[in-house]
Amino acid sequence: MPRFILIVSLSVFLMVGCGSKEKKTVEENTAVLAEAATSSENPEVSFPVYNFEGFEPLLHKDDDKTYIVNFWATWCKPCIEELPYFEQVGAEQKDNNVEVILVSLDMPSMWKSRLEPFVEKKGLKSKVVILDDPKQNDWIPKVAEEWGGGIPATLIYNKDSRGFYEQGFTYEELNTELNKFLK
Amino acid sequence: MKTLKIIGLLVLVLSMGAFSEKTVVEDAGYGIGDIATDFSLKNIDGSMVSLSDYKDAKGFLVIFTCNTCPYAVAYEDRIIGLDEKYKKQGVPVIAINPNNPSAKPGDSFEAMKKRASEKGFTFPYLLDEGQKVYPQYGATRTPHIYLLEKTASGNVVKYIGAIDDNYQDASKVEEKFVENAVDAMLAGKEIKVATTKAIGCTIKV
Repeated sequence: MPRFILIVSLSVFLMVGCGSKEKKTVEENTAVLAEAATSSENPEVSFPVYNFEGFEPLLHKDDDKTYIVNFWATWCKPCIEELPYFEQVGAEQKDNNVEVILVSLDMPSMWKSRLEPFVEKKGLKSKVVILDDPKQNDWIPKVAEEWGGGIPATLIYNKDSRGFYEQGFTYEELNTELNKFLK
Repeated sequence: MKTLKIIGLLVLVLSMGAFSEKTVVEDAGYGIGDIATDFSLKNIDGSMVSLSDYKDAKGFLVIFTCNTCPYAVAYEDRIIGLDEKYKKQGVPVIAINPNNPSAKPGDSFEAMKKRASEKGFTFPYLLDEGQKVYPQYGATRTPHIYLLEKTASGNVVKYIGAIDDNYQDASKVEEKFVENAVDAMLAGKEIKVATTKAIGCTIKV
C-alpha cells in the first residue's frame, strides 16, 4: 500500500500519461457535444462524452499500442478498488506502448456531482471518457459477446489479439493478463 | 499409505473447490426453459414468502434489486408499475435484495423496510439472507429480472434480463422487454426477445 501511494504521487508529480493526444478537451466542449450528439444538460463536463457509435473506434484501434479499456463507475465499489492498479500499470507500462482508457458508465446526473470530483480527488492520470448510451442491450454484445453487463469489466486488445474480462483485477492479475499481449 | 490417501483426498478436495469456484463465475444459473427453484425468504413485514404461497399465480416476475444501486433506483417506479399491471393478470412481482447487508449497510433489512414504505412498494421485498438464492438463479447484477411461468412441472424460466431499453428515461423507452415477454407468455405465444443485457450493479457478497 505505501508503495502504491508513492507511485501514485510520483506519477502525479511526473504528469505521466496525461492524454495529450486527446482531441476533445473542455475548451472545445461545445463542438464536441454537437459532434457526439450527447446530452445538452451537461455542457461543461470535463471528459469526452460518447454514444456507442462515437465510442466504438476506441475499441478497434489499429496502431502499435496495447489498450486496456476498463468499464467502471463511481458507484461501483469493486471498480473503485481496482482503479489504482490500472493507474499503476498504465504508468509503469507507458513506455511499452500501453494505454489505459477508463470508460465511465456514470449516469448524466452524476458527471458533475460525482465523476469530476472523484477523478480530481484521486488524481487519475489515465484517459477518462464517458459512455452514455442507454441502448445497453444493443452495445454490450458489441464490446464483447460474452459480457453479461456486470462491472467492473475490462477489455485488453491490440491489433493482434483481444481478451475480455468480466471481473475485478489485482495488480498482479492485471500484469499477468497484460503480459500475454506484450511481445 | 494413510498419509498418501489423505494427501490425495486433500488435493482432490482442493481442486474440486477451485473448479466449482470457476463455474460459479462463468456459467452458473438458469437458462431459458430451466425450472427455477422455490425459496422461503423473509419479507419486510416479517413473514416468510415462497412462490408456492401464490396458489392462483400464472407466473412470477422475480426481480433481484436493492436500495443502493443507481440503476435499481432508476427502475423503482417501473417495477411498481409492473406489479400494478401484472399482479391482477396473475403474474406478481417478487423483489429480492441479494446484497449482503454487512458489505452494503444501505441494503440492510431495516433500510429495505424504510425504502419500501417511502416508495409504497406493492409487492414483497425479500432479503436473500445468507445469499443462497441469487446464485441459483444466476443473477449477477441489480436489477436483474427473471420471468417464470407456473406449469405442472414447476416454475419455468421464460425471460432473463432488463426491464426495458432505457434506464435513464422511462418516456424514451422503445422496447419494453419484460412487458413484451409477459404479454407473450400470457397469450401462449413465443417470447421473441428472451434474454437481454444491461449494465447493473454487481451483487455485493
